[in-house]
Amino acid sequence: MLPDQSVPWNSLFGRLSLSVLPLGSSPEDRILQYTFLGIAVIAVAALAFTTRQRKWGYLWREWLTSVDHKKLGIMYMILGTVMLLRGFSDAIMMRAQQAVAFGANLGYLPPHHYDQIFSAHGSIMIFFVAMPYIAGLMNYVMPLQIGSRDVAFPFLNNLSFWFTVGGAMMVMVSLFVGDFSTAGWMGYPPVSDIRHSPGPGVDYYIWALQLAGVGTLLSGINFIVTIIKMRAPGMGLMKMPMFSWTTLCTSGLIVAAFPLLTVSLFLLSLDRYLGTHFFTNGGGGNLMLYVNLFWIWGHPEVYILVLPLFGVYSEIFPTFSRKPLFGYSSMVYATTAIMVLSYLVWLHHFFTMGSGENVNSFFSLTTMLISIPTGVKIFNWLFTMYHGRVRFTVPMMWSMGFLFTFILGGMTGVMLSVAPTDFLVHNSLFLVAHFHNVIIGGVVFGVFAAINYWFPKAFGFRLDESWGKVSFWCWLVGFWLAFGPLYLMGLMGVTRRLSHFEDMNLQPWFIAAAIGAFIILLGILAFLVQIGISIRRREAYAVGNDPWDARTLEWATSSPPPDYNFAFIPQVHERDAWWDMKTRGSRRPLEGFHDIHMPVNTTAGVVIGAAAFVCAFSLVWYIWWLAAASFAGSVAVLIAHTFNTHHERAIAAAEVNHTERAARWDPTAGGATA
Amino acid sequence: MSKRLLQGVSFLPVLLLGGCSLVLLHPAGYVARQQSDVMVTTTIIIASIIIPVLIAVAVVAWRYRASNTQARYEPEWDHSPQIELLVWAWPMLVIIAVGAVSWIGTHRLDPYRPLTHVTRDKPVPAGVKPLEIEVVSLPWKWLFLYPQYGVATVNELAAPVDRPIAFKLTAAQFMNSFFIPTLAGQIYTMPGMQTRLNAVINLPGRYQGFSANYSGAGFTDMRFLFQGLEQPAFEQWIRTVRASTAQLDRAAYEGLKRPSRAEPVHYYARFMPDLYTRILHGCADPGQKCPVPEQKPMAHIARR
Repeated sequence: MLPDQSVPWNSLFGRLSLSVLPLGSSPEDRILQYTFLGIAVIAVAALAFTTRQRKWGYLWREWLTSVDHKKLGIMYMILGTVMLLRGFSDAIMMRAQQAVAFGANLGYLPPHHYDQIFSAHGSIMIFFVAMPYIAGLMNYVMPLQIGSRDVAFPFLNNLSFWFTVGGAMMVMVSLFVGDFSTAGWMGYPPVSDIRHSPGPGVDYYIWALQLAGVGTLLSGINFIVTIIKMRAPGMGLMKMPMFSWTTLCTSGLIVAAFPLLTVSLFLLSLDRYLGTHFFTNGGGGNLMLYVNLFWIWGHPEVYILVLPLFGVYSEIFPTFSRKPLFGYSSMVYATTAIMVLSYLVWLHHFFTMGSGENVNSFFSLTTMLISIPTGVKIFNWLFTMYHGRVRFTVPMMWSMGFLFTFILGGMTGVMLSVAPTDFLVHNSLFLVAHFHNVIIGGVVFGVFAAINYWFPKAFGFRLDESWGKVSFWCWLVGFWLAFGPLYLMGLMGVTRRLSHFEDMNLQPWFIAAAIGAFIILLGILAFLVQIGISIRRREAYAVGNDPWDARTLEWATSSPPPDYNFAFIPQVHERDAWWDMKTRGSRRPLEGFHDIHMPVNTTAGVVIGAAAFVCAFSLVWYIWWLAAASFAGSVAVLIAHTFNTHHERAIAAAEVNHTERAARWDPTAGGATA
Repeated sequence: MSKRLLQGVSFLPVLLLGGCSLVLLHPAGYVARQQSDVMVTTTIIIASIIIPVLIAVAVVAWRYRASNTQARYEPEWDHSPQIELLVWAWPMLVIIAVGAVSWIGTHRLDPYRPLTHVTRDKPVPAGVKPLEIEVVSLPWKWLFLYPQYGVATVNELAAPVDRPIAFKLTAAQFMNSFFIPTLAGQIYTMPGMQTRLNAVINLPGRYQGFSANYSGAGFTDMRFLFQGLEQPAFEQWIRTVRASTAQLDRAAYEGLKRPSRAEPVHYYARFMPDLYTRILHGCADPGQKCPVPEQKPMAHIARR
């Protein structure tokens, strides 16, 4: 079925008109108007501040056009945090709706609005919070950890970032121009097909994910090449730090899985724009084809998210136990086993399709198999602490919170992998609680652990500890209060995505969950306060280059690291290379520097990202001329960029000499309270 | 471990929770009962590794805290073949046990498998035919056809206790999931495809059924009443439905097909005999031709 031809369309603006803006006086429109006002005030304040401080040039030259993996890493983390606020606002609205919408009270959100909110919440949290966070961590830490000066393709890295930003912009714009998808974050047909979702919502969803997906795929390629080709001399693969190992495995998963997402969304858009029938039954298509394709990407995606954080914990436990990681080889094999197995389990997302006892048994068993290497990892972290000297710093508290939370999430995961159990709790709040348990307990806790751990590396001062602890306890308590009741209600047979309830007995549980979400909100605010206070007290919180007395190479350079990371590429002899250098009493050389060649910044990434955003936006609104023009424009800029041969600059030896002598350098004095 | 003890353990949280009903832990249908037992059994097996590990994490972290200088400190210790063996073998053994339970349960409780027993000790009596019910999820309501009785209902379902029920399910438009928690696990209803579900209700009562798969704006209200009735009461219920003046003819179906929210219960004394097949093959609209059997539409290639 082709798109509805009766929708007003003109060749200049496509389907765009004033009527798609939320200018009415309905409660929904009011919510959007106040949100817009709030965002506008913040944006104007930020713009005014930048202008008054005369920072536009600095921002453009040093950040937006930067190809430095460290700056891109930091920008990814900022993007993730901004989008976390958006995604969490959605969460609070859902919790509030479900806490009040009982009996005669229909709540404050009509289904059309509520359905958009849960669809946006899922899409944002996965694609624009968790993915930017892990991309940011991998970008910042991995090259330093393998003793490299940058990633293999610095321009591509910048381009990846701007594609991701373009996707995030699509989701944000959908808030005020038109509406977002109501088809859930998975976008299953037939709800997402053109007949049942004729509006722009699903198109926003498709193109936002396509942009972000391309960005992620390019990052994956970049990181694999970087790790394979650019490790410091002496660093064999089995001497590589665990975080870099998980980055390698995650990148492998990305490269193999993301094209599947691109293809399934592309086929869905063909169905929507050209009237093909890949996923509609009418013309011989099948909706379960989409469901299969989506989850063949979707399940590896879960491990794409969590593996880098397993790497983070594998750095934090040894550092704060003052011991090497227990069972390094086991850890590597467990990670690669998870990488392979994650492709063999996708059908467990729809056992209830009725595919049959043998098929279901197979996928039930492969799913359980994954828990073996995951269990091994947990044991290895446990035995890393064993016979150690455990310091309960903020990163370590997040890691301990992770262990307790994630182990229980793993338990409910194995429960769900048993097909007869899944028939009972599939799509229930038990399932919702389970995946939040592993994603918040595994990914989010890991991201906060990583931010607290590597912040001193990136900025030369540490984060405030008290506010860090406040944030941690709010998240931990809030998480269990928000999702404990969901586990219980799942066993009461309550399903997900309902916007209204008849059974008044459930209300206390939903109110408890809403309070839990509110406590998590306090945790997020405490985190922002922690960052703000630490920046204000940056002089007092200044630390040495190696505040935690850590073990891996990223701590072998100054904090923050110079543009070129290492004046001399370190020679690696042992697994914990920096610990080894410290034990052998090696000193950083202060003479004999050479010129260092680094890539120059480029505007091409920002321009292509912006053009891609314009193209995606035009496709949503059927503005064909603009879509064609912006697509051609982005290709032209890309081709023009390849003719630019001036892409390296030399940092003179004298400048390196100056930088190295100025850097604080005292490997023995930790600096931070720890 | 005896079954009684298992049930006792599973009942413990129920006692703690007072009045609220964890229906999945004490369902009224034999199939859900067995699924629930599988859930409880596997949970106990998994807990045999989870609980010791949780305790060990707490104990080890506290014992080896930096301020406890009494604890042994081995700054170079990072490998032990014995421990490595333990950490691979223990999860593996647990997974072998859970996997075995899952393998057996997945086969025995496959929703397509006709029932042999209506309760643990009571085989299906010889000569008792399962109650056939054809289920169609419409936007956003449930249509139930009783081909053996010639009646149809919307948003209300009834079945006699201790008689096997054989559901055939499909969807007219959106994919949904047919779920009566107390009866049996859920199964998808998909347009153009047929799924099956075999179940039995053991206790008379009024239970809730609903769609467990999001299907658009009216999904929230896609609930229906499921009644488990003693045989005479069931026959009485059939008579009540049959006494209805409404018939599910083409015009009535056209009306039902249109999206509606919170649809009230309808009884139909009669329905078009091939309605279900036509919906399944996407040819229920007037003037549509159904595929001839030789063409093997998707629904026939699908299982059994």
